Amino acid sequence: MSMTATAGHAHADPHHIGFVVDHPGPASKRIVTAYGFWVFLLSDIVMFSCFFAAYAVLVGQTAGGPKGSEIFEQRNVAIETVCLLFSSFTCGMASIAADVRNRFWFYLGMAVTCVLGLIFLVIEFREFADLIARGYGPSRSAFLTAFFSLVGCHGLHVSAGVLWLLTMMAQVFAKGFRADILRRMMCFALFWHALDIIWVAVFSVVYLLGSGV
Amino acid sequence: MSDQAHVRTEHDLAPGEEEQHSVGERVIGYVVGLALALLLTATSFFIAGTDLVWQPSIPVALIVLAIAQMGVHLVFFLHITTGPDNTNNVLALAFGLLVVFLVVGGTVWIMAHLNQNMPPMDQIMPMRR
Repeated sequence: MSMTATAGHAHADPHHIGFVVDHPGPASKRIVTAYGFWVFLLSDIVMFSCFFAAYAVLVGQTAGGPKGSEIFEQRNVAIETVCLLFSSFTCGMASIAADVRNRFWFYLGMAVTCVLGLIFLVIEFREFADLIARGYGPSRSAFLTAFFSLVGCHGLHVSAGVLWLLTMMAQVFAKGFRADILRRMMCFALFWHALDIIWVAVFSVVYLLGSGV
Repeated sequence: MSDQAHVRTEHDLAPGEEEQHSVGERVIGYVVGLALALLLTATSFFIAGTDLVWQPSIPVALIVLAIAQMGVHLVFFLHITTGPDNTNNVLALAFGLLVVFLVVGGTVWIMAHLNQNMPPMDQIMPMRR
């Protein structure tokens, strides 16, 4: 009998976390959805790591064009960084508000997140337009190709995030805090926070390391 | 509310989800994360432009600060913790990080050696004589 008990114990505690969990069955839809989205985000981060690897290889191949330290403006990057950081914070506030079904704070948090995301996009777009106007477009050198594709890919993600954000506000407005809407809101918050993590890598590796070395 | 009550009975947390806290505690968590992230960002920008420290240490310091800030984001914003209810999320993250390090580290390593082992033709030809 003791053997069966041990086998049963080992089965109920697959990760050896110290206590037996009586599994009530498959996980709730909220957990399954968020976990699936988490796996997607990790695969997105793997895709970004390929862009980072390409950038690291090509950073010296300027083909007589400008080096990073000649075209990066740290003041703009600092503003962009602070915008994304605060938008991550307000996004967190909006998801707390969604959990407690508070419409006012939800709309306020999402609106501030949207404005900060748009400021980020405008600054980045102006930086790109300025570089292209000076003849330093993505076709100028391998370094600039890698730079535009890495930073531009992050910018595309932020643009998609802003569209998703507006969709979430509209859905909460039209349908209220239903369980499926809250699941989507949770995925959106994960997406937005993950974008901020990728931006930390971008400003450290591309802008700060690039302008110093 | 039925969805949340359901979560409480299970010993698993979705990524991004916190253990049951009051609203005030959750807000404080985000404020602490924001303060730490701002501090690390300010340090990064300061270090990048300063002459106060030994110059070759700057790239290493920037990378360490970036990794620290990603950790802050993971813990305080994404709520990925070492708790037993987070095992699945941490394992997925660990696998993702493994692939990231293989891709970035492997690419940089191999490409650096290619430059060394395969110099252009005009450099190889004098060597053969």
